[in-house]
Amino acid sequence: MMVTSESELAEAIAGAKGPLQVVGGGTRLPVSGGVLQVGISGVRLYEPGALTLVVAAGTPLAEVEALLAGEGQRLAFEPMDFRPVMGSEGEPTIGGVVAANISGPRRVQAGACRDFLLGVRFVDGHGRVIKSGGRVMKNVTGYDLVKLMAGSWGTLGVLSEVSLKVLPAAEAVATVIVHGLDDVTAVKALSRALGSAYDVSGAAHIGRGDDARTLVRVEGFADSVAYRAGRLRELLGNFGEVSVEDDAARNAALWKRIRDVEDFAGRAGDVWRLSLKPSDGPVAAAALRAAFGAEVIHNWGGGLVWALVPEGADLRAAMGDLPGHARIIRASADTVARLGRFHPRPAPVAALETGLKEKFDPRGILNPGLMG
Amino acid sequence: MQMPTPDQTILSRKDHIVRRLRTVLPDDAVIDAPEETRAYECDALSAYRCPPLAVVLPASTEEVAAALKICHDEGVPVVPRGSGTSLAGGALPTEDSVILGVARLNRVLETDYENRFIRVQTGLTNLSVTGAVEDEGFFYAPDPSSQLACAIAGNIAMNSGGAHCLKYGVTTNNLMGVKMVLMDGSIIDLGGPYADMAGLDLLGLICGSEGQLGVVTEATLRILHKPEGARPVMMGFDSNEEAGACVSDIIKAGILPVAIEFMDRPVIRATENFVGAGYPDVEALLIVEVEGSEAEIAQQLARIIEIGQRHNPVEIRESGSAEESARIWAGRKAAFGAMGQINDYMCLDGTIPVSQLPFVLRRIGELSGEYGLGVGNVFHAGDGNMHPLILYDANKPGDLEKAESMGADILKLCVEVGGCLTGEHGVGVEKRELMDAQYNADDLDAQMAVKDVFDPAWLLNPAKVFPLAATAERRARPMAAE
Repeated sequence: MMVTSESELAEAIAGAKGPLQVVGGGTRLPVSGGVLQVGISGVRLYEPGALTLVVAAGTPLAEVEALLAGEGQRLAFEPMDFRPVMGSEGEPTIGGVVAANISGPRRVQAGACRDFLLGVRFVDGHGRVIKSGGRVMKNVTGYDLVKLMAGSWGTLGVLSEVSLKVLPAAEAVATVIVHGLDDVTAVKALSRALGSAYDVSGAAHIGRGDDARTLVRVEGFADSVAYRAGRLRELLGNFGEVSVEDDAARNAALWKRIRDVEDFAGRAGDVWRLSLKPSDGPVAAAALRAAFGAEVIHNWGGGLVWALVPEGADLRAAMGDLPGHARIIRASADTVARLGRFHPRPAPVAALETGLKEKFDPRGILNPGLMG
Repeated sequence: MQMPTPDQTILSRKDHIVRRLRTVLPDDAVIDAPEETRAYECDALSAYRCPPLAVVLPASTEEVAAALKICHDEGVPVVPRGSGTSLAGGALPTEDSVILGVARLNRVLETDYENRFIRVQTGLTNLSVTGAVEDEGFFYAPDPSSQLACAIAGNIAMNSGGAHCLKYGVTTNNLMGVKMVLMDGSIIDLGGPYADMAGLDLLGLICGSEGQLGVVTEATLRILHKPEGARPVMMGFDSNEEAGACVSDIIKAGILPVAIEFMDRPVIRATENFVGAGYPDVEALLIVEVEGSEAEIAQQLARIIEIGQRHNPVEIRESGSAEESARIWAGRKAAFGAMGQINDYMCLDGTIPVSQLPFVLRRIGELSGEYGLGVGNVFHAGDGNMHPLILYDANKPGDLEKAESMGADILKLCVEVGGCLTGEHGVGVEKRELMDAQYNADDLDAQMAVKDVFDPAWLLNPAKVFPLAATAERRARPMAAE
């Protein structure tokens, strides 16, 4: 069922007789139940001078990005496009991005999707329209249900409208590249860059051996980018051979490749995503290689590890007791059922989540079991 | 302002409750003598006072858990307290409540520069967090103006902001993890030194929950390397419209200053009389600060000044040195003190869309005339977080009520133009009864349902945030947890 207005959405949920699978553009994996597609679309308000955008949840992400680009602005959290790695089609929606709290390489500098979410309207499992937050940048009026909704994957309510803080797009970009580093040294280099005054907006490590490249991105006004890239080049010179990429198109392609995990697109095996303390990134990578012959991509200065592993592998067992969490991005339904898509939470935290689910969706009809 | 009637069955059991608390805490960590509990009768919203039943000052997470467990079993409300700097009455006790102060939880537990975080106990002051890492060139970004005194626990409870949040965000954007104790004494960890949580974003949910969901005893905070330098430019305008348009144009030009501060004529004049920062006598003054290397600062300031020139400025003064920067900031930093010299004042905290600035300032001026009370405006213009200061005389009967009534009108105005009641101070008791202006019954019920999950008996800071009538039934539940 496709709904095209908030009131239709509320009616659909209030009148639902069974589980609903909430879908935006349908670019990620399905769960069971009748499909509820959020087709509520359109820009409600855009004030470039206030860095504010209010948009219906079903609006295609591409439409949002084009609108912002027209004013020299952008979504600073750089949302990933899952289609390459999922092998899926469809059009990603802004509501889907928010519901899954999807952030890209710039998270290390700008923050996550949830950090840019100013307000939401959603329909809870009772069929009630609820609003939280608003359209202003500072708002501590009542509890922050805005954060709760970001990353709740439609399990507590279905988004109908989101307000976002947007930021100026960068005039220039450069990537400082260190060649040939191993994982451990690479993350040390990334930590050095991220712990500097030079406002790094991307910190990744790809490839192995002689092909390994450690990537440090800076963005901003042209003179400033040139200056900071120069300083980072000096700072990272001790780690290995350094070059600087300052071509806009090549930078865009490079960081899109990292953002969308293009290296794993169309390849056999399961894809996992691990969120870790950055210096534990190489520790986890070594364990995954030893256990499964995993192929690994490091992002977020080491704090985000993407792993391509043989089907059915249990990465959480190999991760040991490193603080953080591992999520299945792409695997068979059997593997998801056996291991759980989301990392298990300690009992008292899981009890709180269950309690919230029971309050917001007492009939348990919204994406049941998805986050369990 | 109304508070719930104290529960006589709790007051009559005071000795028993204090005795039980002393079985799990050192003697000097339980305060019940009336002359000592008086020190905890209010926070920075000092118009309202009430000594608590008792005060506990635990020194560890385990002691917090033990104290909460006893209060939970005895059905005693608990009011958590950081440093007591809340401007909204967030730490205001009731006669039948136990104040739980975190002042003795004041240790730095871990600093990790490679992974860019610090883990602290939450009684530590905001400024001392930066103090712990600044030798290595790092800082903790949220900087509420009470940062010398305010505790991290209170910052998390209120999701505190500060002057520099246009670039660095507020507390919730810099908070990576917490250890927290629920009302029933159970201890949980949320988040940690890694990005995002495994499941629902409970960390984002508890930040800003005004001490109603749990007591945070430890926090993992993001730290950043300091910029190479920072410098402001001051720009004076003869109309609020020009100043407001200038703010909007700076932002549209793709410049992201760390701070854009706005002062209106009453505040400019008050600060001039107070510290003599050399501000021009204009309708509106902007202080715009940028960061970076010397060349980056110069370039950004040049762009900002070029924009300012397009708005008929009366005066533009670019800082060329640390001394000049200090002088430009001197008046802004003294603004609250300067207004306090003139009279008592009430500080509001509504946020508005930046585009509504001129209209809202004009309307506040009209309200000032209607009520016969002076108002000064000083605020963070980049993010629309206003701080109207309503002048009144606390010794004049009826003046406080008049100021409160005018404050309510201003906050409702903020909501009407698309903003909110509070940008960084919190709701507390101060704005509790105005919540209906921003949220309908369903919106509020969804928020209260969260408290039902974390604190089913509604014992933690119960008479705050929501309209008293809206929570009456929940607060009256006879030990709902059992």
